[in-house]
Amino acid sequence: MAYSDFEYIEKHAWLLGILTAIMISIGGLAEITPLFVEANRLHPAAGVKPYAPLRLAGKDLYVREGCHVCHTQMIRTLRFETQRYGNYSTASESVYDRPFQWGSKRTGPDLARIGGKYSDDWQRLHLTDPRSVVPESNMPSYRWLATNTLDGADIQARMRALKFLGDPYTDAEIDAAPKDLAGKTEMDAMIAYLQGLGIDNAAPAVAVETAPASDGGAP
Amino acid sequence: MSAVETYNDKVVRLFLLASAVWGIVGMLVGMYIAAEMAWPFWNFDLPFLTFSRLRPDHTFGVIFAFGGSALMGTCYYVVQRTGHTRLALGKLAEFTFWGWQLICVLAMLTMPLGMTQGKEYAEPEWFIDILIAIVWVSFGVVFFATLARRRIQHIYVANWYYGAFILAVGLLHIVNNIVVPVSLTKSYPIYSGAVDAMVQWWYGHNAVAFFLTAGFLGMMYYFVPRQAQQPLWSYRFSIVNFWALISIYMWAGSHHLLYTALPDWVQSVGMAFSLVLLMPSWGSAANGLLTFNGSWHRLKDDPAAKFMVLALVFYAAATLEGSMMAIKTVNSLSHYTDWTIAHVHSGSLGWVAMITIGSLYAMAPRALGRPAMYSQKGMEVHFRLHLAGTLIYVIAMWAAGVTEGLMWRATSPEGALTHSFLDSLIAAKPWYIMRWFGGVLIWLGMWVMAWNLWYTAADARAKIITPIPVPVPEPVTPQVPAPLPATA
Repeated sequence: MAYSDFEYIEKHAWLLGILTAIMISIGGLAEITPLFVEANRLHPAAGVKPYAPLRLAGKDLYVREGCHVCHTQMIRTLRFETQRYGNYSTASESVYDRPFQWGSKRTGPDLARIGGKYSDDWQRLHLTDPRSVVPESNMPSYRWLATNTLDGADIQARMRALKFLGDPYTDAEIDAAPKDLAGKTEMDAMIAYLQGLGIDNAAPAVAVETAPASDGGAP
Repeated sequence: MSAVETYNDKVVRLFLLASAVWGIVGMLVGMYIAAEMAWPFWNFDLPFLTFSRLRPDHTFGVIFAFGGSALMGTCYYVVQRTGHTRLALGKLAEFTFWGWQLICVLAMLTMPLGMTQGKEYAEPEWFIDILIAIVWVSFGVVFFATLARRRIQHIYVANWYYGAFILAVGLLHIVNNIVVPVSLTKSYPIYSGAVDAMVQWWYGHNAVAFFLTAGFLGMMYYFVPRQAQQPLWSYRFSIVNFWALISIYMWAGSHHLLYTALPDWVQSVGMAFSLVLLMPSWGSAANGLLTFNGSWHRLKDDPAAKFMVLALVFYAAATLEGSMMAIKTVNSLSHYTDWTIAHVHSGSLGWVAMITIGSLYAMAPRALGRPAMYSQKGMEVHFRLHLAGTLIYVIAMWAAGVTEGLMWRATSPEGALTHSFLDSLIAAKPWYIMRWFGGVLIWLGMWVMAWNLWYTAADARAKIITPIPVPVPEPVTPQVPAPLPATA
């Protein structure tokens, strides 16, 4: 084709606009459409249920505070990763994560299988004042979590929205949700969320392998 | 209506002002959170000052508030000059200005309060996203309506990049932000897990591609030949690069997810296209640099040209680095470390900020009705502060990133890991302090620019500015749409 054939595009804004729109759409369509098809076949491991109300509250707090800015939840398929953090992460483990929490930067360690590695008390101390248990840490303290309480009606609204999106919550579970939250603080929810990571969302075989009972011990 | 059509530079001046202000605000937040990483007591245990909540304020502030204002302002300036026509729909153009500023203020205020979607570079909640969509569509309408009333038949290449930037960012923004609201301050994305990850990094990577690259290439293709006082080195080459860049970039997003739970074929496709992407990237950089052939002497006494040349050098360097980091084996070392932060900032401080500052210094006197910037020395000082700050920042983060990557993977001969995670954080700390210092220099440079702009704007503030008449060329037939008459 001669160059003059292209000149027509360069002199007509509507054609330029349409061709640009086509060119920018191809890549995304080619990569994302197959994933949508696959997503329908993607199931959580047998026996894995959507987040229980308290853990759901905790997960949303994890998003609110921006924990994903410094902590990943994605153990890569590399030997030094599995040696440090446990089994590599699978797609089935994050089926109920809206938004996904894979993260992109590790200023702190990966948390995909942090559940059960430290005691609840350690987590509480660490979230309140990280440098009291890890002196060299540069993590901010999140002490306000301990004083804020949770709202039962709010968690029901959240569960209904997730149910609308396809997460298999039953009406009975939604009705009972405020009871789970009664008297609990945001700190309790956050700890419940963290302690289930790699356990509640993984296949039982994996969970047994990577969840040693722990009294916390020295940091 | 006057007998002579003039350029609408009022909205350009507003965006120019906004850009300078947001630059200072966004970089102040960056400097502050850099200090928090080195000295965590700066969090003061206050939720809204905490690093993890403030970090989106830095990224939104510099990308969308500073960069976005500069892009929209220069876009309005360039589309008028290259089309020899006044901006269409002046009221709507002014709406895009106030709308965008409202969005920026709302986003910057709500994100530290914990109202976030939790997706990187798409943190603002759904009600802000809707405002963004409305303003963005209006921006596109003003731009394409102005193109439609141009008097020059040929659409100059800078407008292609601006057009692609508008179309792609609109598409990305809408697809990535489809959510189900729970309340005004909380929503859930319709995607979850691996699909959400892919959609997010298709968005995240192409926000870089079309917001931070295509848009700023539009700026480059107008202001570099303008400042070099030379025609573009190769016009045809710029067009080849355009089609290659916009089609290839969209494939590369999955290189953010190498070795993750994303299907392997998507990872490999992302890596392959990231390598191919080097070609159009270097093509544009070379085209810009070669445009200075024959006028390199201008660098001696034109700080705006210096900013532009260095921007192109950093663009070439950062895109080479990006393609290399997309190779799986390199990525296994660099990913999750501060090397990524180094890469982003050599692109954003080196390429994006420098081409913006250079273009603002080139555009401001003309838009403000002055023969030149108020202080030549001020521009010179800004150049030195910005360059020194960028180099200090990037070198510190390279060092930190490679150290972390190597420590995470080090194993003893017996096969056990050598370092605890904490060891790598301790090793990175001195570099965090150095990075903060680089940020301070850059921030001070922005103040020098603001001071310089303030005095350059003396006439504009006193409202004694003379509008610039549109030069009306000989009509060309047959032109679609038909050229406007000499006056409007």
